Amino acid sequence: MLKRLLLACAGLPLTAGVAYAQESGIDQAISEAIAPIVNPIVNTVFYSVPVFGTNFPLIVAWLVIAAVVFTVYFGFIQFRGFKHSIELVRGDYLDPNDAGEVTPFQALATALSGTVGLGNIAGVGVAVYLGGPGATFWMILAGLLGMASKFTECTLGVHYRNEYKDGTVSGGPMYYLSKGLSEDGKARLGKFLAIFFSICCIGGALGGGNMFQANQSFAQISSIIPFFEGKGWLFGLIMAAVVGIVIIGGIKSIARVTEKIVPGMAVLYVGAALIIIVVNFGEIPNAISAIIGGAFSPTAVAGGAIGALIQGFKRAAFSNEAGIGSASIAHSAVQTKHPVTEGYVALLEPFIDTVVICTMTSLVITITGSWVPDNGVTGIALTSKAFEANFSGFGYVLAIAAVLFAFSTMISWSYYGLKAWTYMFGEGKAKELVFKAIFCVFVVIGASMSLGPVIDFSDAMIFAMAIANIIGLYFLMPKVKALLKDYQAKLASGEIKKIK
Amino acid sequence: MSDTYLVGFDGTDSSNRAIDFAASRAKMAGARLCVVHILEWSAYSFHTPEELAERHKRREEELERARAMVEPVAAKLKASGIETQTEVRHGHVGELLCTIAKETGAVQIFVGRTGDSVFTARLLGGLAITLAQASPVPVTIVP
Repeated sequence: MLKRLLLACAGLPLTAGVAYAQESGIDQAISEAIAPIVNPIVNTVFYSVPVFGTNFPLIVAWLVIAAVVFTVYFGFIQFRGFKHSIELVRGDYLDPNDAGEVTPFQALATALSGTVGLGNIAGVGVAVYLGGPGATFWMILAGLLGMASKFTECTLGVHYRNEYKDGTVSGGPMYYLSKGLSEDGKARLGKFLAIFFSICCIGGALGGGNMFQANQSFAQISSIIPFFEGKGWLFGLIMAAVVGIVIIGGIKSIARVTEKIVPGMAVLYVGAALIIIVVNFGEIPNAISAIIGGAFSPTAVAGGAIGALIQGFKRAAFSNEAGIGSASIAHSAVQTKHPVTEGYVALLEPFIDTVVICTMTSLVITITGSWVPDNGVTGIALTSKAFEANFSGFGYVLAIAAVLFAFSTMISWSYYGLKAWTYMFGEGKAKELVFKAIFCVFVVIGASMSLGPVIDFSDAMIFAMAIANIIGLYFLMPKVKALLKDYQAKLASGEIKKIK
Repeated sequence: MSDTYLVGFDGTDSSNRAIDFAASRAKMAGARLCVVHILEWSAYSFHTPEELAERHKRREEELERARAMVEPVAAKLKASGIETQTEVRHGHVGELLCTIAKETGAVQIFVGRTGDSVFTARLLGGLAITLAQASPVPVTIVP
């Protein structure tokens, strides 16, 4: 998602320096009025320390350290359990009597459509621009580590979900934080973390998961369709209408079409990248040596090896959302008797998002020699340039992908926000409708205004979710370990066996 | 033990004709009937997060609706003196008919002609064609 691209800008922890869709008097007045209130919060969440000439936001360290802890604690589950993950997604362990329930594949696909987005296209462009090809190496490493975080949070999401009498389910960090910690006699801390998480999640859903998506996809569209120039409100109304039809009108067909197109776009994107890599076969050894060499002794990169590391880590952490807790909400609907299976399935997410798709982007940029230090071509422009080197006109495909990715991200985040909303205010059609209506209004606001500070604030809230979530994960990881041991014992004894 | 005939039923006119035809054959041969209704479903489809959360509830509703459609038909068959059982499942129609045929040891499958246009049949394979290719037992298509 594009929001992450901004965060990756060295020295600019926030969205400063980004061209917002529109500037006008009202926007400025509102921005100026709220800036003094939100800026301190934003600066706290993204508090950065200068490391070898590059600013390193501590929240990134928080996410990466957690990923390392979970990796070691669960005995490198992401490598040892990888084959089992694939078997689960393939449906090898699906009980035919459960046909018609949510399958591991469906939960994974839905969660992926919320995370795979512009971060994979534009964000990588920024990482390579600032960190050089070596950033790719660190990005892959961070992606691999993040798999353990996803494993932990998604196992807990299923284990502590609420199953209601009417057959619907609600799960996610707010439930495991409150229920899980109260089992340990820390009910008050759990409740506090759950509410903190929910507030951040609602803010993040309206901001990073909505306004920002609307704003940046409009920026893309208006650059290729001159008609829309200066008509952000019109684009916003169209987007809001389509989003409203899906989330309020319950017209699932549009969502279903998108949910089919988005994976299609991802396949198209990866396919195009593969073709470019194969066509430039002879360049592969050079690219690999640029990536590995650049990871440890880069030239022309601010901060040297550390600079490349920081860019790669940032990109991965912001792209796959491991540790943020959002995907746990989508995964908790799955049909399984063993919550650990969903952890196994979820650990594929950072792998696909970061290790596969992000790596493709940076390989294309590296292999085509599109990266020129300090020439100003960064983000989606750099990615676009790299692809255009082999496929002219690919910029249009990227623009369409941008809008579709934005749309599917909005649908996912509208649901994450809704779940946090109902956690705080209770379930009920009227209460849900209020949130959904607010969500649609924010689409229009996002596309038509340039409320920089508001977006900065809501973006900060997405990452603030990780503060509450990871504290909870540290407390609850022994539970996950117990579940994992129990599951592995059943696998070994043959109590759980392949159906196919 | 008497033979079992499998009949695909989806509430359409042609599936009703398949039931009638199978019933007449079953009576003559003294066979039992298994009325099968399949809810088309794929384990690899894409859904919104909201659909996932409601999936279990929807599944129960779908099964209930399907049983409400199949049971009266089975009751009528039983009343006419034919031993009848029912099966309602989620999945791929063609594959499941073959699976259930194996499970129940059925000796024949009866299905109604779907009446799809040639185009959709080519595109989607069509039930009759799937059965023709994969069925473990003889298949009768009732127009």
